[in-house]
Amino acid sequence: MRRRLATPRTGGLLALAVVIAVLPAFLPNNFYFDVMILVGLNAIVCIGLNLLVGYAGQISLGHAGFFGLGAYSSAILTSTYDWPPIAALLAGAAGVGLLAFAVARPIMKLRGHYLAMGTLGLGIIISIILTQEVDLTGGPDGMPVYGFSILGWEPSGVLVWYWIVGGLLLLTVWLALNIVESPVGRALRAVHGSEAAAQTMGVDVVHYKVLVFVVSAVLASIAGSVFVHYIGFVTPSEAGFIHSIELITMVVLGGLASIYGAVVGAAILTTLPQLLTFLHDYEMLGFGAIMMGVMIFLPRGLVPTTARLLRDRTR
Amino acid sequence: MSLLAIESLSKAFGGNRVIDDLSLTVRQGAVHSIIGPNGAGKTTLFNLVSGIYTPESGRILLDGAETTGLAPYRMAALGLSRTFQNLQIFFNMSALENVMVGMHLHCDSRFLPAMLRLPRIVRRDAEMAEAAAGLLRFVGLAEAVGADADSLPYGALKRLEIARALATRPRLLLLDEPAAGLNPAETGEIDDLIQKIAETGVTVVLVEHDMRLVMGVSEHILVLDRGTLLAEGSGEEIRHNPDVVAAYLGEEGRYL
Repeated sequence: MRRRLATPRTGGLLALAVVIAVLPAFLPNNFYFDVMILVGLNAIVCIGLNLLVGYAGQISLGHAGFFGLGAYSSAILTSTYDWPPIAALLAGAAGVGLLAFAVARPIMKLRGHYLAMGTLGLGIIISIILTQEVDLTGGPDGMPVYGFSILGWEPSGVLVWYWIVGGLLLLTVWLALNIVESPVGRALRAVHGSEAAAQTMGVDVVHYKVLVFVVSAVLASIAGSVFVHYIGFVTPSEAGFIHSIELITMVVLGGLASIYGAVVGAAILTTLPQLLTFLHDYEMLGFGAIMMGVMIFLPRGLVPTTARLLRDRTR
Repeated sequence: MSLLAIESLSKAFGGNRVIDDLSLTVRQGAVHSIIGPNGAGKTTLFNLVSGIYTPESGRILLDGAETTGLAPYRMAALGLSRTFQNLQIFFNMSALENVMVGMHLHCDSRFLPAMLRLPRIVRRDAEMAEAAAGLLRFVGLAEAVGADADSLPYGALKRLEIARALATRPRLLLLDEPAAGLNPAETGEIDDLIQKIAETGVTVVLVEHDMRLVMGVSEHILVLDRGTLLAEGSGEEIRHNPDVVAAYLGEEGRYL
């Protein structure tokens, strides 16, 4: 039993559930709930992004684009076309999945810097379209969005949203752990380790690159949809380059190829700017410095480094 | 019938014909060696046969079926596996997981069952872990079962690649310089291992520079020189073939 509790699956999920359940008792006001909800949503995007970047070894500098597309799909379909929010969320996710599938084949042929440039370009194109299509998206000013509702129930108040996002985060972590500890997860890590060897072992490298790109894009889209209903408003900056960089920094800080690392990275880098608002002007400077510092001093990231230290100590 | 047949195969890199109208066959069973001076095209031939390169012309047949131009993962499904001259270990995984990747074709690798962690996925994973541990013991790496790949010494990594290649359940196994960088004692162990693999019915083709290993282990030797087949035959025949002696082993044949 004790051994079981020390595994990332049982012990980690349990710890995360306890943290999510107990945290509200320590949050003094709505502002902190708001921050925690944003942590949860960023964590969901980062888990998907870490499957792509940390596990499969493929970079993406455009993932905020998928988040933005999910957000705007929900905003436009519910506000302009009166779709039920859940249908809009699913349609957005399906649309983003299709888009990711269509661009993945050509874009995943690129490697290293070229893939970074390709995904960067994709994110920028999405963000430009969202800014320029004023009639559809409201342009740079953004657009308001109605609240969420499912089967007549409308969540309201930060506590309800907190539980929704907390539940979604737990579910995402569970699904991601399942993927990682399966033949699919091993194939993804093999693609990262050596494409030549992965191919020779029977792994269809292109298939898995496309698959993980689509999965991570769909997760970002769903998080975007939930985000937009919670906030009630969306602007093109959600899809922007800066947001993409923030997401990547979260993944790298928390730890590449670590599901919990994505959660920890998202928690730290979402919370810090909110608590240090008086340093707002230096926010990007801070992100850059953190990125450099992690690369130099903690190349594995926080969670894998800590896990290794603990493991070596117990030996 | 021959397990592997190569017909008039050619491959050039920027005007340099590395494989030049090469034809050869490898029959089922036993250990075969490909030798030749540096740049003779041995590794290029492996890369062509395993699908990593596409030839300019010519055909490759595996067990009578044409496989020219098939992607490496398709070749793996047809029963061809290999190791690499420069190690291609998955250093981001444990030794056991490296071998389990080799079983990719023999398990359910679909996305949805994996994401939902269906009981049969869990069950099959446990079986595979056990089989992978068995393969590690087979290649003499029993102590590596719980280890991360990046913690293993060089000689162990060479064996790990062999275990991983065996996990695909190949009919034809290509070993690219399995003894390179090993000391004589380790080379002797690789020799034993290759014979043990051949005894299980796998046809082994190796590229190797260590003449003692080649002569000791192989029933049939193919000599490549500048992308063409210079000679083939038993160790004894090759040793006394004047062309081979001149091209490769030195005029005096003093390394034999």
